[in-house]
Amino acid sequence: MTVTDGSLVVTDLRVEFDGFVAVGGVSFDAHPGEVRFLIGPNGAGKTTCIDAITGLSKGSGSARLGGQELLGKPAHKIVRLGVGRTFQTASVFDELTVLQNLDIAAGLHRSSLSLLRARRGVDPAIHRALEETGLSRELATPAGILSHGQKQWLEIAMLLVQDAKVLLLDEPVAGMSLDERTATGELLGRVAATRTVLVVEHDMDFMRRFASRVTVLHQGKVLSEGSVAEVQSDPRVQEVYLGTAAAPSVMTIGREDD
Amino acid sequence: MKNLKPWLPLIGIGVLALVLLAVAPSVLSMHWINNLGKYCCWAIAAVGIGLAWGRGGMLVMGQGVFFGLGAYSMAMHLTLESAGPDSLPIFMILYDPLAPLPAFWEPFRSDLFTLLAILLLPVIVASILGYALFKSRVKGAYFAILTQALAVALAVLISSTIRETGGDTGLSDFKYFFGFVLSDDGNKLMVYLIAAALLVVCLLVVWQLGRSRFGELLIATRDAEERVRFLGYDPANIKLVAFVVAAVMASIAGAMFVPIVGIITPQEIGASASILMIAGVALGGRASLFGPALGAMAIGWGQSSLGSSWPSGWIYILGLLFILVTLFLPMGLSSLVGKVTGLVWRPRATPTATTPAPEFTAPEFTEVKK
Amino acid sequence: MDGLIPPLLNGTAQGALLLLAALGLSLTFGQMGVINMAHGEFLMAGAFIAYLTQQVISSSDLSIPVALPLAFLGAGLLGLLVEVSIIQWMYRRPLDTLLVTVGVSLILQQAALQIFPAQGVPVEKPGWLDGQLAVLGYDWPLRQVFTLVLAALCVAALAGWLKYSSFGRRIRATVQNRDLAETSGVPTRSIDRITFFVGSGLAGVAGVAASLIGGTNSQMGTQYIIPAFLVVVAGGIGQIKGTIIAAWVVGVAMAYFADWTTGSLAQVLAFVLVVVFLQFRPQGLFTVRTRGLT
Repeated sequence: MTVTDGSLVVTDLRVEFDGFVAVGGVSFDAHPGEVRFLIGPNGAGKTTCIDAITGLSKGSGSARLGGQELLGKPAHKIVRLGVGRTFQTASVFDELTVLQNLDIAAGLHRSSLSLLRARRGVDPAIHRALEETGLSRELATPAGILSHGQKQWLEIAMLLVQDAKVLLLDEPVAGMSLDERTATGELLGRVAATRTVLVVEHDMDFMRRFASRVTVLHQGKVLSEGSVAEVQSDPRVQEVYLGTAAAPSVMTIGREDD
Repeated sequence: MKNLKPWLPLIGIGVLALVLLAVAPSVLSMHWINNLGKYCCWAIAAVGIGLAWGRGGMLVMGQGVFFGLGAYSMAMHLTLESAGPDSLPIFMILYDPLAPLPAFWEPFRSDLFTLLAILLLPVIVASILGYALFKSRVKGAYFAILTQALAVALAVLISSTIRETGGDTGLSDFKYFFGFVLSDDGNKLMVYLIAAALLVVCLLVVWQLGRSRFGELLIATRDAEERVRFLGYDPANIKLVAFVVAAVMASIAGAMFVPIVGIITPQEIGASASILMIAGVALGGRASLFGPALGAMAIGWGQSSLGSSWPSGWIYILGLLFILVTLFLPMGLSSLVGKVTGLVWRPRATPTATTPAPEFTAPEFTEVKK
Repeated sequence: MDGLIPPLLNGTAQGALLLLAALGLSLTFGQMGVINMAHGEFLMAGAFIAYLTQQVISSSDLSIPVALPLAFLGAGLLGLLVEVSIIQWMYRRPLDTLLVTVGVSLILQQAALQIFPAQGVPVEKPGWLDGQLAVLGYDWPLRQVFTLVLAALCVAALAGWLKYSSFGRRIRATVQNRDLAETSGVPTRSIDRITFFVGSGLAGVAGVAASLIGGTNSQMGTQYIIPAFLVVVAGGIGQIKGTIIAAWVVGVAMAYFADWTTGSLAQVLAFVLVVVFLQFRPQGLFTVRTRGLT
């Protein structure tokens, strides 16, 4: 993979909380055109990596978007550079409609003065994002009464309208039905054609079906990296997963729904 | 018909303007016009609190500070105007006839400087305070307590600087208002009309802010500040704008309060005055457009009628009001009215939208062409 | 150098009084998240109980020691009454507890104004507080030393109670996750009540100390409530250690400011001090981070 303006390159990322090393020197990269997965057992430091990249936690080392260093910048500036993220719990504005949610997300490149005007019509980018995520019919629905899956899609749609170059998705399919997962996976595939998509996931089945490249974290370090097949055949990965009670069987190949 | 709804608040503002500017002057006695003018001042401050607290989630418990900035700016000007050029205000003469006028009084001889001070002083103070508090992410109760502390501090400061500000007795006995004789009924009516018009303007400003993208962003910040940060906005700036607008409104309210009531003392700007401003907003409904203004007027009416005829009872009523409204009607009386007229800001689910989302909705977008 | 010692001693005593007033708040606000604006009126209740005790026991030597537990009990019961009748419905809306207790505070102030003379009542100092203690070559009034000792005793009792009984843990469990605590068998309702009783009772004890130093009247609560809250805020949430340091620093700072300028300017400066301090140490103002955004 070649480094482009939309590439995320993380080098030797370290995050400490009061002496506890949550992430101890992690390096990986993600580029437009691939659906990149970051997996690992509980406490491996996956979410912490994303937190550090997006300015929520303090990290040292380097995380660059194209030529821009992200670490040390305030969270909202990192977003303005083109790094968008979602959270484990769906975080949409429950009291605002789907349109209003998307309009806020689309507004970060607007001038301050234009904020003082009322919205007239719908931004074409919002229409495209609604179609892409299948939420067109929910335009006027308050986000609070969307189904869980729809909220996650709304979050992805918000990243699309804010024109994020890098999408960091924290467990986007948690709590979704199988069909919703499939739809989400296909959506991510389409999004990744032009943007960098990095997914933190527990669900190994989902990872197996949709990942182009995988990085396995364990206890704050990179355990293994490569294609799905490479990672699955890595004995160290098998040891970590077989050794933990959390997810012993999901790494095995050839499930009935494949 | 279907396009009427967004304009209902505007019609409401129009009706209120008609009542305040045309109907009231023709039916009310001068005594009541003056009282209504006072309620309008509290209502102006309340409209700002509605913006900051109801929409922005910042419980501003120290609006007395900004009310005081406007009030004392105006009062110093009117005191100097009443004293005449090159002379000292009477209270200063009584205190020490030979001492010079304190330096910070001098510019308030100018009409223009006074008007600018009323508008810009709150901007400066609120910007500095807001920037400091919001950037270090002080919110909720902490914010409320710190703002209230500021109100206490300012009231104490004024009480103790008798020579410079008149102390606890405050400033009073204003004879002129920018050249107009204040004892004249016609001029009194004019001052009232200015206050009422300013209230209408403030309502219009908050209405426009509410329907603008900024208004949506402010609600979003109130409900999920951190999420807004990750949409690329700095929540501190969004809150700062609402806080500053509210401060300016409180300052305008204070400035108009002075010629209408004829006296300003530290009691009008301290902790209990600030809490009284909150009371009206809570009663009327903090998140609605008209709730804060009407609530403040109701509390103002209670304060000046019951408060003087049955002072102890009024305090009990006020206390009970806080308790009962917070317990049973946290969104105020307008949350009752709002269901009928749709004047409340909070977006409401349309009947079709409240039906639960179908259990299976997913594969829709797999068919969408790229 | 000479002028530096008296403000230090005065400020330390002032800080101790602030600490007494803030201690109950650090429990009800810091641990339970209730913003009790009527805390100052609970303190006032303690001061009036000291006065009432003196009406029954005429010897002030004896009446003050008797008044201390009575004030704790009286203010505590008052707090319990408010908790049971109002605050128990509001634990899920912390900011609203502020508004509700503003109402309580108004009612209590007005009630005190009607029951007692408007100009306030005198509370006599016991004879054994008349002397002075020689400290660093200065005479430290025993009255001030008494406040300090009382504050120390209350801190020790509270810290010990939270540390050596299972109570501290249960309070924290209740605050952090009410539903989980309940399902884990923590009797959250009685935890709430006992915590609020103790927190309010401490305000009563502070009231007795306050009655020996300043005036006892219906407005006295309003003098203490904001500084006490500032101390808790600056000290950090639920941190008794932080509250102690903050109270002492604010008390001493105000004494020095008052020495250099005027008493009222000192209050303004103390406020500025706290705001500036929060710029550099906003920690403790954050809620605990979770992986979602709340």
